[in-house]
Amino acid sequence: MTSFYKFQFYLFALMAIGAALLFVTRKSPVSAALWLVNVMFALSGLYVMLDAPFVAAVQVLVYAGAIMVVFVFVVMLLNIGRPDELPDIREAGARIGAGFVAVALLANLLAVRREVLPVVDLAPPVDNVVVAVAASLFTDYLLAFELTSILLLVAIVGAVVLAKRKAVA
Amino acid sequence: MMLGDALIVSAVLFAIGVMGVLTRRNAIILFMCVELMLNAVNLSFVAFAKLHGVGGHVFVIIVMTIAAAEAAVGLAIVISVFRHFGAVDLQNLRLLRR
Repeated sequence: MTSFYKFQFYLFALMAIGAALLFVTRKSPVSAALWLVNVMFALSGLYVMLDAPFVAAVQVLVYAGAIMVVFVFVVMLLNIGRPDELPDIREAGARIGAGFVAVALLANLLAVRREVLPVVDLAPPVDNVVVAVAASLFTDYLLAFELTSILLLVAIVGAVVLAKRKAVA
Repeated sequence: MMLGDALIVSAVLFAIGVMGVLTRRNAIILFMCVELMLNAVNLSFVAFAKLHGVGGHVFVIIVMTIAAAEAAVGLAIVISVFRHFGAVDLQNLRLLRR
């Protein structure tokens, strides 16, 4: 574990957390979306650090490249990019409550992590991870893969049906 | 060990996502917070894949697909809500509360 590796890891981790905090506090939907893209890039860097280069590439392509474009596209389509138009953030009581819930959840997750996870040996690093992922995806998880395909088809049809303008009666 | 640190980052990101869901009223930003929570879980999957082999990577890919489907359907619902109310403020959606 070289110190350069550690530096990169903590850099990406801090980038992810800082961008997530900025994302959650922005008023304008467009700047929130751009900070979320920043979080996703930092997470893809973390994936590379954790020996998952294929997942990192898919993260950039699918999340930052496709899903966030759909979000920004909808924001532009609905013309709600101006932050002064709607009182977006809830009132102070709800904010304090949400902060409390988040801190409690965080403490809970960290406590669970401290209790259960033993120090174990890491699995040996796979040489070519794409081959291993593909072999696993198309044999062990074939049913999940096919079901996900059907789910995507259903989602496409559902999105078209929901977003279609109703015919004037 | 980097695995524990990755799990801590994942927990922090998930908590930030929960905070966003609870504090925001804009439906689109709410969906983005859900995406952030899914991303946090993906980071956990990738971290545990270092322990248990590449099955975690497969799960991450499936979670991403489901996130894409959720975003498509959710944004279609947002568009039809916007057509009906002229805004995406969740305070408008109180039809089931009566």
